[in-house]
Amino acid sequence: MQTEVKDFVLSVEGLTVSFDGFKAVDDLSFYVEEEEIRVIIGPNGAGKTTVLDLICGKTQASHGSIKFRDTELTDLSENQIVHAGVGRKFQNPSIYEDLTVFENLELSFPRGHGVFGALVFKRDKEVIDRVEEIAADIFLSDHLQQPAGLLSHGQKQWLEIGMLLIQDPDLLMLDEPVAGMSVSERVKTAELLQRIIKGRSVLVIEHDMKFVEDIAHRVTVLHQGKMLSEGSMDHVQNDPKVVEVYLGH
Amino acid sequence: MNFKISSFANRTEIFGFLVLAVLIVVILPLALDIFRLNLIGKYLTYAFVAIGLVLCWGAGGILSLGQGVFFGLGGYCMAMFLKLEASTPEATKIQSTPGIPDFMDWNQLTELPWFWEPFHSFPLTLVAILVVPTVFAYILGVAMFKRRVGGVYFAIITQAIAAILTILIIGQQGYTGGVNGITDLRTLMGWDIRTESAQYTLYFVNAFLLFVVLLVAQYVRKSKLGRLLVAMREKEDRVRFSGYSVANFKIFVFCLGAAFSAIGGAMFTLQVGFMSPSFVGIVPSIEMVIFTAVGGRLSILGAVWGALIINQAKTLLSEAFPELWLLAMGGLFIAVVMAFPNGLAGLYTTYVEPRLPKFLSGNGGKDADDDSDADVPLASKQAAE
Repeated sequence: MQTEVKDFVLSVEGLTVSFDGFKAVDDLSFYVEEEEIRVIIGPNGAGKTTVLDLICGKTQASHGSIKFRDTELTDLSENQIVHAGVGRKFQNPSIYEDLTVFENLELSFPRGHGVFGALVFKRDKEVIDRVEEIAADIFLSDHLQQPAGLLSHGQKQWLEIGMLLIQDPDLLMLDEPVAGMSVSERVKTAELLQRIIKGRSVLVIEHDMKFVEDIAHRVTVLHQGKMLSEGSMDHVQNDPKVVEVYLGH
Repeated sequence: MNFKISSFANRTEIFGFLVLAVLIVVILPLALDIFRLNLIGKYLTYAFVAIGLVLCWGAGGILSLGQGVFFGLGGYCMAMFLKLEASTPEATKIQSTPGIPDFMDWNQLTELPWFWEPFHSFPLTLVAILVVPTVFAYILGVAMFKRRVGGVYFAIITQAIAAILTILIIGQQGYTGGVNGITDLRTLMGWDIRTESAQYTLYFVNAFLLFVVLLVAQYVRKSKLGRLLVAMREKEDRVRFSGYSVANFKIFVFCLGAAFSAIGGAMFTLQVGFMSPSFVGIVPSIEMVIFTAVGGRLSILGAVWGALIINQAKTLLSEAFPELWLLAMGGLFIAVVMAFPNGLAGLYTTYVEPRLPKFLSGNGGKDADDDSDADVPLASKQAAE
């Protein structure tokens, strides 16, 4: 049977990583299409964050391949993966608290990433305009000169999302972007994400099912490092294996 | 909103820079006799190391307990040149091999070792003073930072290297002068460095170089690289996953600190007139960290003050109560770490600056974007908002 060849932005095949014999991710394969929003769900310890760690190079795979378009990511260093077009947000807001919001965003601006480049980097109009544009997107226009450490938890999450946006990655990976947010922040974040994911491929880990339902094109369910189910939200919610894992314990 | 381009220095920094310049270039030379002024010049050579530590440790969070290595390498390069110049065949004609340094003759060496040869030339010596320690720092940096060795492990390894180099220098007496070091240095290209006028000149050369180093350090701190160092200290992974090779930045700042230390070491040799392993090992390396901590590890000006004040206190206290000094310094270090982690510079920004007239205050309300260096505690930043 001949199917139409799809453009995959990310192809994960046979991905395995073991920590001292424990297989956190076990022979996992999945494919993300261009401009698709894929949500990974699964119980605690299912290996969701490890999958993101493997893709962005934080953890080295034991076996398997991760292809971003035509680039094999498992051979690249972390900063090369970023330059290939993959951006990643961490689970806990990971920002520079002693620097201002402006400086946080500026450091992610894709220019002057070498030692010499950073020494001669000038804060010109292009940088300022771009930082202001992103700051408006993430609701932080009024906080640009504040030390990032003074932001609320939700604002810190937005700032980190902004730091990714300014890199303009083709594949955006978000680890629990609405965790620990108040209800109103959550609504704003959902709206923000809806806006920024246009024209990009996005890989999201999230526990909030309402939120997943809102944004997901397709859902991958992980359990003990293996793929349990994959498909539309409807499909996986009605999959008996998924119901078993989530309700069975 | 309207931003101005991040300027080179805010008012507090310019004010602090001027005060230090007036003190070092005008007040001290007028107030002190040449013996005391020469001592101050010696203290200021440690300030070169302390400035390097502000960049490595204060900004980048890389604590090196082996900066004495680079200070020593710079100092030894200068001492080797001066020693060769002092060891002319005429001056050493009573030796069994005239024309080589006296300690080599005592150790039965009959010809100059190959690695001493370049130090016949003054230009080559100047190059070596900067290049030898920097290349050494580069090798260490690549070996450690590329493998992600950091924090306490890095500190311990640098300390071990300081110990190893000391043992090596002491053990290879015939090549290095051993535990006595390289002594009896007289002239620099025919110019007698032991006279009072030469000591005055060297003091001012030293002061000039110190301010050049301060300006270079200030430029680095105010550049994007300076902000990256702070970012790396806080969230190394975030920097890495924003597309930077963290190791390269650490290597750069470690090499820069090494080059600064080497300039200090060379000026030390010129002003003090000898170089010995006692300025290379663990104890001097840790003392240099203490100067930086007391002065304020986030402030390059604070580091200079730290080096000046601690050494002055050391001299005064050791003259009066020689046995108490080590205890006093240990106590001071603990007190600084416990009570005021940002050192004298931190105390200044917290308690003195708010009381100064507005035109001297760095946070005049309009240059909040100059505070990227993070040497203003959050509380006072908040107050400035």
